[in-house]
Amino acid sequence: MNAEELQQIAAAAEEERGKFDYEVNVCMGTSCLAQHSDGIRDAIEKEAEGCGKRCHARRTGCMGPCAAGPMVLVEPAGILYGHVHEADAKEIVASLGAEPVARLDPQLGSYFEGQHFRVLENVGHIDPEKVDEYVARGGYEALLKGLTEMTPAAVIEQISKSGLRGRGGGGYPTGLKWDTVARVKGAQKYVICNGDEGDPGAFMDRSVLESDPQRVIEGMTIAAYAIGASKGYIYVRAEYPLAVQRLTVALREARRRGFLGYGICETTFNFDIDIRLGAGAFVCGEETALIASIEGKRGSPRPRPPYPAVSGLWGDPTLINNVETFANVAPIIRNGGEWFASMGTARSKGTKVFALTGRIRRTGLVEVPMGMTLRQIIFGIGGGVPDGRKFKAVQTGGPSGGCLPEEHLDLSISYDALISAGSMMGSGGMIVMDDTSCMVSVARFFMEFCMTESCGKCIPCRAGTVQMYELLSKICRGEATRRDLDQLTELCEVVGATSLCGLGQTAPNPVLSTLRYFRHEYLAHIDEKRCPAGVCQCGPPPRQADLTGTQGAAVEVHA
Amino acid sequence: MLYVERPPLPSDDKRWRIVSGTMRKHGYSRNALIETLHTVQSSFGYLDEPAIRFVAQSLRVPLSQAYGVVTFYHFFSLKPPGKHTCTICLGTACYIKGSDKLVAEAEKLLHIRPGETTPDGEVSLATVRCVGDCGRAPVALFDGELSAQMEPARLAQRLDDWRAQ
Repeated sequence: MNAEELQQIAAAAEEERGKFDYEVNVCMGTSCLAQHSDGIRDAIEKEAEGCGKRCHARRTGCMGPCAAGPMVLVEPAGILYGHVHEADAKEIVASLGAEPVARLDPQLGSYFEGQHFRVLENVGHIDPEKVDEYVARGGYEALLKGLTEMTPAAVIEQISKSGLRGRGGGGYPTGLKWDTVARVKGAQKYVICNGDEGDPGAFMDRSVLESDPQRVIEGMTIAAYAIGASKGYIYVRAEYPLAVQRLTVALREARRRGFLGYGICETTFNFDIDIRLGAGAFVCGEETALIASIEGKRGSPRPRPPYPAVSGLWGDPTLINNVETFANVAPIIRNGGEWFASMGTARSKGTKVFALTGRIRRTGLVEVPMGMTLRQIIFGIGGGVPDGRKFKAVQTGGPSGGCLPEEHLDLSISYDALISAGSMMGSGGMIVMDDTSCMVSVARFFMEFCMTESCGKCIPCRAGTVQMYELLSKICRGEATRRDLDQLTELCEVVGATSLCGLGQTAPNPVLSTLRYFRHEYLAHIDEKRCPAGVCQCGPPPRQADLTGTQGAAVEVHA
Repeated sequence: MLYVERPPLPSDDKRWRIVSGTMRKHGYSRNALIETLHTVQSSFGYLDEPAIRFVAQSLRVPLSQAYGVVTFYHFFSLKPPGKHTCTICLGTACYIKGSDKLVAEAEKLLHIRPGETTPDGEVSLATVRCVGDCGRAPVALFDGELSAQMEPARLAQRLDDWRAQ
């Protein structure tokens, strides 16, 4: 593959596009597909054939506003339809070149205002299973440029200059990480893409892998060139079957076009990628646990150092980055580090993809520049809290993050600002809660999650999470005293300070942040034995209520 | 050439050949353990003792280690699933939108707890940590098919439909 061939592929794809007057892009993400969007696409194709319009019905990835799905995008007019049914195909095809179908307007209001697509720039415009469509939109230009015009050191320099930081949550500078692995001597090095999106309530990585897998592959290949690796792994959750399937196809397509394999882009550089399936363990998002899992073992983390950069997969130097981090690489190499750094705050550059969910009017995937305020995202893009309820808190960072109250809505999004407010960026889950949510219950929910997901290797996490969960349950039941609250606070400190890996170290965060901002709710449960949100059953429960399920039935029979 | 004796296939069930195929693809490497267990689970629906023994022996992994891996990961199941499986998502977005009520409804109707199967082997109840359709929470899967914006009444309807069959 050389520059000429790349242009030929792009030109051929463009020519193919030129055969059609209209493009109807139908979302084939998990969410829309579950609402039979494949049937909608078939219907549109059939309808267009029937009336002789030159229209291409394309399968594309997730367009973002999942709650308004199934989504259909009509090009070149750029009209977006929501809640489309198979029966609407006729009307959509008839409207091509005429007035759009007003009935199918998704009513998204200001959903796209302020959003800036970098990671998601191809999403909704290309068929994720066709590598040529990716090339037609400038795909693999960066790989070719990197391999033929730049040295590995120059590639790393651009990444460092861009100020890109790890998008998996920690925010470690990507350039620095690459540089470390590149400097370590080793005959065999590995690149791993962390797609173990364990944070419940987040689906950015799933969406990127499903919608634009070639972009992640290109990012990984550039990384491999920069650090001198010849083998890569993408670790994906088994709960994302569609992402696995799209990735499998994408890898095959990339190999067919010579973007993976031996002698990539007519150089001496060799690289190939394999998929490894996760098996439902949150702790495997931790890099050392993830490595153990790829090696076919239990996903138990180990103490660092040595860091994976020095001793990772099978003891060899290994680079691990998140899906979204790799998705940011190609545009940086294509446009230069300065271009990337031109957006964002002083220490957090570029954009961030968030999964906006919970008690909010418009849910879905959003990509915003770093530095945007929470208020702009929640009330601008998301349209605020529905049903006349009152906004209470926004949760970011998943089980490692925290809940921020209304006072912090004008906080601008950056790694450091979120940490100083007691939460964290995390991988990008953003869950909005209204006044029907009890913050103690929410803290208990996250603690239960950490308790069941603890791998059991170190005592603070294994035993501490259980004790904290018991204490939180006691508070929810209205049986706790002030002493229990003190004990809970103390445990939070101990577990956070002494746990082996990130899971235990950050497990107290949801408790600490809710204690910081919603202490009055804890106190209401303890002192007044009442739940302000009316969620918890405080006070001694009636005996009958204790009997559940089959036991309850047995009592009735007895009576 | 080194000759390594591998255990015979546990039965002449054709699915074992798929399992062997996965191991062969990875050159019977020990680190193919999880991949192989995935194949067993997707072919048979669960992992029983003969299956774990067979995989452990074939890959020359200690049985204790193989069992350790099976029990460590939530995705692997040691019990056969029922004819139908109802899986309720307990991700954060689903929780905020009331997935606990769905679990309570399913428990009430089926008289079993998550992770169990009804005594007649008809329905299994399971929970999962996020399937990634948080935009339309709460979510439940009926035999793997995703149903979003679920309500207790609709869940009950779906469970009734299974029983009526």
